[in-house]
Amino acid sequence: MATEATRDAFGRAVMELARKYKDVYTMDCDLGRSTRAYQITEVDPKRFLEMGISEQDMISTASGMASLGKVVYVNSFAVFITGRAYDQIRQQVSLPEMKVRICGSSAGITQGTDGATHQSVTDLNLMRGLPNMAVVSPADGRQTEEVINFSYNYPGPMYIRLSRFSTPSLIPEDKTFQFGKAQSLKEGDRVVFLSTGPILMNVLKAAEKLEAEGISCGVYNFPTLKPMDEGAVSDLAGRYDFLVTVEEHSIIGGLGSAVAEIFSGMDRKKVKARLCRLGLKDCYGESGLAEELLEKHGLDTDGICNYTKSLV
Amino acid sequence: MKNLSLWNLELKAAEIRLHLLRIFSYGKPHHFGGSFSCVEMVTALYFYKMNYSLENWQAPGRDRFIMSKGHSVPTQYVVLAMLGIHSLEELKTIKQMGSIFQGHPDVRKTPGIEAPTGSLGQGLSFANGIALAGRDDGLDFKVFLILGDGELQEGQVWEAAMTTAHYGLKNVCILVDRNRYQSQGAVDDLMGIEPLTDKFNAFGWQAERVDGHNLQALCAALDKVDGKNDKPVAIVADTVKGKGISFIENTYKYHNFNLSREEYERAEKELLERIKDLEKRS
Repeated sequence: MATEATRDAFGRAVMELARKYKDVYTMDCDLGRSTRAYQITEVDPKRFLEMGISEQDMISTASGMASLGKVVYVNSFAVFITGRAYDQIRQQVSLPEMKVRICGSSAGITQGTDGATHQSVTDLNLMRGLPNMAVVSPADGRQTEEVINFSYNYPGPMYIRLSRFSTPSLIPEDKTFQFGKAQSLKEGDRVVFLSTGPILMNVLKAAEKLEAEGISCGVYNFPTLKPMDEGAVSDLAGRYDFLVTVEEHSIIGGLGSAVAEIFSGMDRKKVKARLCRLGLKDCYGESGLAEELLEKHGLDTDGICNYTKSLV
Repeated sequence: MKNLSLWNLELKAAEIRLHLLRIFSYGKPHHFGGSFSCVEMVTALYFYKMNYSLENWQAPGRDRFIMSKGHSVPTQYVVLAMLGIHSLEELKTIKQMGSIFQGHPDVRKTPGIEAPTGSLGQGLSFANGIALAGRDDGLDFKVFLILGDGELQEGQVWEAAMTTAHYGLKNVCILVDRNRYQSQGAVDDLMGIEPLTDKFNAFGWQAERVDGHNLQALCAALDKVDGKNDKPVAIVADTVKGKGISFIENTYKYHNFNLSREEYERAEKELLERIKDLEKRS
């Protein structure tokens, strides 16, 4: 089966967007071939702006361009673009509501061999906390194309989390991306997994395995982390015994936290489920292959299965 | 370029200072030092150099001004009011709850503000973005900025200075308000920044040093941003922090401070005398 990373789909989708719209640009800090931001040059070399290794300058420059109506997709590894340039994103993108698209590439531990310095496990936390900032995290290539097409007309700032982790197509064609909405991919009655990003591949495999072992599982994908689909979370909390969030991110501040925030405001009488969060347990990654790192942090198929069995 | 005499420009500067004082009033903390030191620069830009007026201030082709050292934005507010874009009366609500005049520049709240600044060091990058977009749109406007001397301690300024030169954005011009004091003391004591003209020249700019209170010198320096300049222009303007009010000059203590009523009255008298002196020379 053909596989693809969301960063590859991103490069293609932005290039196609640039073909359609003259005001689409990409920027990068000496990682343009890795983030695929460079692919836009196939349409128009002038609409790729190399900023050198200077994330802060890149964000503020993109904001200036946005003030004249340009739609700039700024790129770097998720760890650098959200961490190194956080103040620029806060002051010149989120606060003034500039239409800048912050694209965090090679997010999560599946960044792999470069190690902890390059693996972003706090980017969702940083971006979710910013007022006005939309946060999206597509799961597969087709969903990434949908997200990019949607992003062009979205009026405010947006963080787009991208990955180098290749997966087959995970989401059936009839399940289209709707901003702010979760997607039901499978229904069950005991455990429901809430997943974001390409880790969905392992979640779907785990659900299938558990089902075969007699544990009925649902799977929901959350391509939008802000605004959260509160209705979906409330509904699931009332129907299932266990809600298990799965993310390639720290359990602090990402999908698990977003779901916990919704739980905290719910009527206890309507909550049947116990909430459990799977992700990095307040720690950093290290050098290794993506599969090895996922296994270490319990995010491979077996890890998700074993954790779930320990619950039920 | 506008057709005001040097005397007219000097009078404008004196009036700006009086408006600033009256808007700041007494008993409230304001950024006196940096707002007063950049008055001649703002005067030369809005009343001499820039293609900017009540008629065209929203036109895509207008020149743009960014107060990169955002805490000095009151000087820009005053000039926008003098141009008729805002009212001086409403400007008295500055920094109050619900006011459109925020403590630092807010592009959403204040018409005429071109860039979100306030966190120091970010204005030049933003200006480069405006210039890059304008170039692709076939617009030939200029972008001017005032940076604080303390602000030059921010590394992003130098990242942006490289970008301006690398992309050949010769329509971007910066003025450095070299008033020698920052929030906690003298710039040279806290973290030295010289030699400034050498630094900008080395970064691919053409830099010169002028007396930042001499309007004739400022206008002459700005004349060099004429579309034919080979490099982006950096004007390092030597100024006096708190210029125009004798007892707040050359000290960091009034960087962000409030005047007593007695100090206010003394300051008002000095500024009125300056205007009277100029009017005598008309």
